Amino acid sequence: MKKSFLERASAYPHIVWSVLFIIAPLIFVVYYTFTDADGAFTTENIARLFTSNYVLIFVNSVCLALIATVICLVIAYPLAYIFSRMREKWQRIMILLIMIPLWMNFLITTYSWMTILEDTGIINSILSVFGLSVHMINTPGAVVVGMVFCFLPYMILPIYTVMSGIDEKLLEAASDLGCSGWQRLTKVVMPMSLSGVISGITMVFVPSISTFYISQKLGGGTFQLIGDTIESYFVGTAINYHFGAALSLVLMILILISMAVMNHYTDAEETERRRIK
Amino acid sequence: MKKLFFAVIALASLLMLASCSGGEHDDLYVYNWGEYISDGSEDSLNVTHEFELYYKELTGRDMKVHYTTYPSNEDMYAKISSGTSNYDVIIPSDYMIERMIEEGLLAKIDIESVCEKYGAECYYDYIGEDYRGLFYDPENEYSVPYTYGRVGVIYNTTMVDEEDLGGWELMWNEKYAGKILQFNNSRDGFATAQYMLGADVNTTDPDVWRSVQEVMLRQKPLVQSYVMDEIYNKMESGEAAVAAYYAGDYFTMLDINEDLGFYYPERTNVFVDAMCVPAGSANKEIAQLFINFMLSPDVAIANAEYIYYASPNSLVFEDEGYIEDMGEEAMEILYPEGFNFAEELNSYAYRNLDADTLELVNSLWEDMKITGGLPADVYVTAAVIAVGIAAGIAVIVIRKKRRERFY
Repeated sequence: MKKSFLERASAYPHIVWSVLFIIAPLIFVVYYTFTDADGAFTTENIARLFTSNYVLIFVNSVCLALIATVICLVIAYPLAYIFSRMREKWQRIMILLIMIPLWMNFLITTYSWMTILEDTGIINSILSVFGLSVHMINTPGAVVVGMVFCFLPYMILPIYTVMSGIDEKLLEAASDLGCSGWQRLTKVVMPMSLSGVISGITMVFVPSISTFYISQKLGGGTFQLIGDTIESYFVGTAINYHFGAALSLVLMILILISMAVMNHYTDAEETERRRIK
Repeated sequence: MKKLFFAVIALASLLMLASCSGGEHDDLYVYNWGEYISDGSEDSLNVTHEFELYYKELTGRDMKVHYTTYPSNEDMYAKISSGTSNYDVIIPSDYMIERMIEEGLLAKIDIESVCEKYGAECYYDYIGEDYRGLFYDPENEYSVPYTYGRVGVIYNTTMVDEEDLGGWELMWNEKYAGKILQFNNSRDGFATAQYMLGADVNTTDPDVWRSVQEVMLRQKPLVQSYVMDEIYNKMESGEAAVAAYYAGDYFTMLDINEDLGFYYPERTNVFVDAMCVPAGSANKEIAQLFINFMLSPDVAIANAEYIYYASPNSLVFEDEGYIEDMGEEAMEILYPEGFNFAEELNSYAYRNLDADTLELVNSLWEDMKITGGLPADVYVTAAVIAVGIAAGIAVIVIRKKRRERFY
């Protein structure tokens, strides 16, 4: 089928946009990774990544991002299920409430969390009335709290979207055929909402692993994540685009691999399910 | 390749900008530190607006000042050196001016002849004798000093004992573990240790830098956090007890928390921020008119009172109204008696380091920041999760195999 000129032309802005802001930057990242300051080919930047210190940064980032993602999932899944079973009017209100924090600039929310978690902050000044105090700021825990707060909506929304598409009749049918409540959840709801869970995980894990603002403000800079390190090579005292690009490239590859692994197994599950259906 | 990259970006932003311009007027692009000019807030003088009026009076032409800010010398340098920006006035610090002159990024200026050409009163002569011919610009060809200052130690008088005051050692004092703030940039951070040890902050000897890193590692367990602008919040609220920062900013914090105190250790950083014109500027003469305008008494005093940094302009530091407005304590800290500016600057200012040394300093800093890792429970939790995910995948795979057998 031949598309009209107008139809093809309507895609041009998107193509220009992608080339300018997606393809071109990627090419630059790869170019910088494999060149040194004189523009000659080198693999030194990549080799330097495998020294113990940088491996540790990657491990730290992956650990914190994993924990944050799992906490998001644990909170978001039941919420999304409850929302999707509410009356439509209430669904809209609930989703609006989830979205409102997203309208606020996340730099400001992170900064507010700093004043909430501090030793002289809001939580501790309330606790001090009862003679208690908890040290929270500048710990990995505070960073995880920041990540969960900032990225939780990105986990709830895709899961909710998929779940609200599950036909109520299917659940009734499952009950009619003798499923207990628990079985109904594990055999019907969970497999059918898997695609939402996967995109939720992607949308939380990826920004968590590359964040630098949250870790700087809530972690106090006493430990470093991969995002902090990349930032310091692009706007720090010793600007080194080449090594910074190498860090970014490896981070991208790391994310791609983990996504590919997940998609591989869950896709298999999904197609299986369709085949049985 | 780098040029091409920025050219692409510049082209894109030009396209966007092109649609926004309108009206017949002259433009001036000023690029300055954040919070570094009297901007009309809290009844202060709106300097950029005043310049527009002044320019109209002088030349009869309309003027639009475009004012943008940067958070660090390095950010500003990255933008100017990319060669695609068209700023007319910038205010870098000493070592950065030295570097930019070396790289040919600054234009020579001659305020007096520009003033003569436009028939404006010239104020350049009022810059104090001490503040001319400094190491970064010995012939005064490229820069006009705007402010200067020193780094000192800010402490909370209710939390710190008086006998511990006086030196950089306070920032290594175990009594205040968890209450100490350190700079979050390599140069300023390492410098606190170097001044304490009496080492040269501009050394190119890698061994010296490594030994400084060891001293910083010793401090690390005591440090509450590595900060820049968050220092205001944390010192004002009493979250932290000890921090090193710029003298002028101490007064901003003191306004909110009057328990704070301040002193200069014996050896400490001295800096000058000076107004310059980038080589790529399209309005070099107007830029110099603006610099001259910044030196005029009302404007210079308004700026000095707004940003609380010491001024090298004799129209400011000799003005009685200014001295009265600042108060005795502020004058003592900003303009201490017997302070030999030129000598201190030559001994303790940062100089431009060569690329190899800078690289080493940054990687030593990164090493210092990541040493120690996270508490073990983080790794344990993550490992448990990873095992859980692996188990989940295994279950899926096994189920799939079983089904395949079943069909």
